[in-house]
Amino acid sequence: MRAVTLQVTIIVGYLLLALGVGLVAYRLTDRTAEDFYLASRTLGTVVLLFTTFATLLSAFTFFAGPNIAYAQGPEWILVMGLMDGIIFAVLWYVIGYKQWLLGQRFGYVTLGEMLGDRFGSRWLRGLVAGVSLLWLFPYVMLQQVGAGTALEALTEGAISYAVGAGLITAFMILYVVVAGMRGIAWTDTLQGAFMLITTWVALLWVLAAVGGPGAATEALASNPDTDGFLSLGSDYYTVPWILSTAITIGFGVAMFPQVNQRFFAAGSKTVLKRSFALWPILCVLLFVPSFMLGTWAAGLEVAVPEGANVLPLVLAEYTPTWFAALVIAGAMAAMMSSSDSMLLSGSSYFTRDLYRPFVERDLSDRREDLLARGGVVVFASAAFVGSLLEPAGLFELGEAAFSGFAQLALPVLLALYWRKITRAGITAGVLLSQLFYILSLFFTFVPGSYAGWTAGIVGMGLGLVVTVVVSLLTSPAAAERRAIYFDRLGAD
Amino acid sequence: MRRTELGSWIAVAVVLAGLAVPWFLWGSATVVAGLPVWLWWHVGWMGLTSVVFWVFTQRAWGIGIETAEDSSESPERADPEQRTTLGGDSP
Repeated sequence: MRAVTLQVTIIVGYLLLALGVGLVAYRLTDRTAEDFYLASRTLGTVVLLFTTFATLLSAFTFFAGPNIAYAQGPEWILVMGLMDGIIFAVLWYVIGYKQWLLGQRFGYVTLGEMLGDRFGSRWLRGLVAGVSLLWLFPYVMLQQVGAGTALEALTEGAISYAVGAGLITAFMILYVVVAGMRGIAWTDTLQGAFMLITTWVALLWVLAAVGGPGAATEALASNPDTDGFLSLGSDYYTVPWILSTAITIGFGVAMFPQVNQRFFAAGSKTVLKRSFALWPILCVLLFVPSFMLGTWAAGLEVAVPEGANVLPLVLAEYTPTWFAALVIAGAMAAMMSSSDSMLLSGSSYFTRDLYRPFVERDLSDRREDLLARGGVVVFASAAFVGSLLEPAGLFELGEAAFSGFAQLALPVLLALYWRKITRAGITAGVLLSQLFYILSLFFTFVPGSYAGWTAGIVGMGLGLVVTVVVSLLTSPAAAERRAIYFDRLGAD
Repeated sequence: MRRTELGSWIAVAVVLAGLAVPWFLWGSATVVAGLPVWLWWHVGWMGLTSVVFWVFTQRAWGIGIETAEDSSESPERADPEQRTTLGGDSP
């Protein structure tokens, strides 16, 4: 019981600290939607780097990821490095910098707004927002399910699943509504640094207990169940699978609303440059220790019951209770730092790209700010209800969210760089690739795998081809502003 | 001239992404200093990537995106007072 009290104290203490940061941020905010969503485009290097980093890393880094490494070997590190460290970083420049310039010049807050303006179409704007919300909502729900499950397991049932998920949801609503982007970015910085430090301390602690990396790896090699883990590749980690996964997730990340919106929030060009160069190192620093801990646990024969997570069990075995609780608090931090940003972005997509264009066109700035905060409450509460009812279908959508978002990436890239793209082209490309991918998830007549390549990457190819072909066959609509992504672009 | 430079940077990006996974070590289980050698390659490669990215930010940032001839143009947004932070950097 003492252990449970300690664990709950650490987690509640952490929550209160984050709330405190949110309150400080609140004192600095203007009451405008742009400030609420983007902190008035003023984020500095450390804050932008860590807020993107913490936002990107959901509970996967601490729970599902090490679980896979425990079961299949450490090659996930390569997938993570390629997709987050390199592909996403390149998109950070190719999509992110261009979006930032456009945002500076035209005041865009969302991706849909940027595209809607270029193609002169509120329907396209609504489509992009609608598609994004379709994938975002179940993904937020999954994070709440994760938080509820983790709290229930940690406290051995003293906090039930519903209460745990409810607590996290209520807390997130409170500080997102109060603090907006600035508060989220600051707490993310805290959370990102916290995750990085606790993961390294955990690694060193466990390695010290088992006699160093040599001994831990030797245990892997001498165990007949895991001796294949050290050789690169396996039946699970095939070449097409590694490439499909890294490419779809890497592109998907750039289209995730909470990540994409950060492209607009940088304070200056220097901030973008520094974050870009530091990105690959940051990824390696976090993924190598967390995934190697999962891998080594397999050789050390840490028993993991069905449905449990390996990392907490390794820590429970080799480190004191307080430290294990601290790392779980870190995992909660990872979960919340993703969810809070998703709530904010989801709300901005809804108010700016669906509510304003289609319901109330002359929305004042002040009223939009209020509406945005209300949107956060509605979005979070609905996702919480979803996490309690767990309706069929939503789970599949949440699990597939990265690939779902990846379908948007190539049409958006074409819009940013190809002058001949037309409204009909991009609309057809977005609609058809989404349709294809959703059908592949739920119906067997669209297969999920093509000679080892996933439906996600095939759908991306389809979206690319459809966008190009339809654009070449159609002529631009009168309302399109074809030059605004190209002319006089530069921030100096 | 600028086109060749752009082409070279695209090639660099493709090579960086292409060799983040050491395909030539496929099936290798050699362990060096407690970790598989393919993992060391990856760690080193990501370090190299960071250095190359840094060089890119110093020498070619803006390539393929900024339209150089009139990048001195002032932006045309409604609320110029919100833009005072531009160019400054507050961590």
